[in-house]
Amino acid sequence: MNGYDEERIAELLRRLPPAPLGWVRAAQELPAAREEIAALVARAEADLAFRGRVVADLEAALEDEGIVATPSVVAALRASLADELT
Amino acid sequence: MQTDAEIVARCRAGEDAAWDELVERFSRYVYAIAVQAFRLEQHDAEDVFQEVFARVYQHLDRLRSDDAIRPWIAQLTRRLCIDRLRSARREGPAEDELIDPAGLDESLGQLDEAMTVRASLDAVGEACREILDRFFCRDESYRSIGEELGLPAGTIASRISRCLTKLRAELEGRSEALSSSGDR
Repeated sequence: MNGYDEERIAELLRRLPPAPLGWVRAAQELPAAREEIAALVARAEADLAFRGRVVADLEAALEDEGIVATPSVVAALRASLADELT
Repeated sequence: MQTDAEIVARCRAGEDAAWDELVERFSRYVYAIAVQAFRLEQHDAEDVFQEVFARVYQHLDRLRSDDAIRPWIAQLTRRLCIDRLRSARREGPAEDELIDPAGLDESLGQLDEAMTVRASLDAVGEACREILDRFFCRDESYRSIGEELGLPAGTIASRISRCLTKLRAELEGRSEALSSSGDR
């Protein structure tokens, strides 16, 4: 941490612009989607046909079910399913 | 200002507001790694961004030390960016043609350093944090900052300069504290 002058500090601050607000908000919604994610993972574990569809194409399987999932929920589901079904 | 470890501990305790803070604190870091270091397109960067936080949320209890959240997030982001480049390789050039390893390490090192500076920003007070963030991170003009904060545009430059000096002193103070604790 030695050798910081104002110019260097300014340069480093510029390296971290804000992420798009929508991305941040979506990631912050994960706790609210906890139950929905758990229910979908449980269903994929119990229902072989559904499991096959989610493994083949998660987004399409959700769409077929009429579930409008945000990118953060899709990502969380993908991570959960990778853990549970492997 | 809470440390990373304190926020992680609150997340583990199930406090949803702490999760908001964790995402807020690391969102710029994850975004910058994906977009600046790995130069992902926006849609790929968004998928990586969401997947990083999904995995962090899911596996937070597996983190060995609450202090290790920043390197863990960096490693996770890096791995997911590489996966993304590998899957894109089928349709285009190999990732080693897209990424220069030396340049990547330098870029990741700078982003880590930038996170350290950003952590100090919270210690210099809300007024300085706001003005430095608007000018350097959000690229707002003196005029726009002046209008938003109700300050004459002519005073913005001198305030930025004073706040940078304050931030530098904060960083030097932290550095000296680290050195003296390391000397013991």
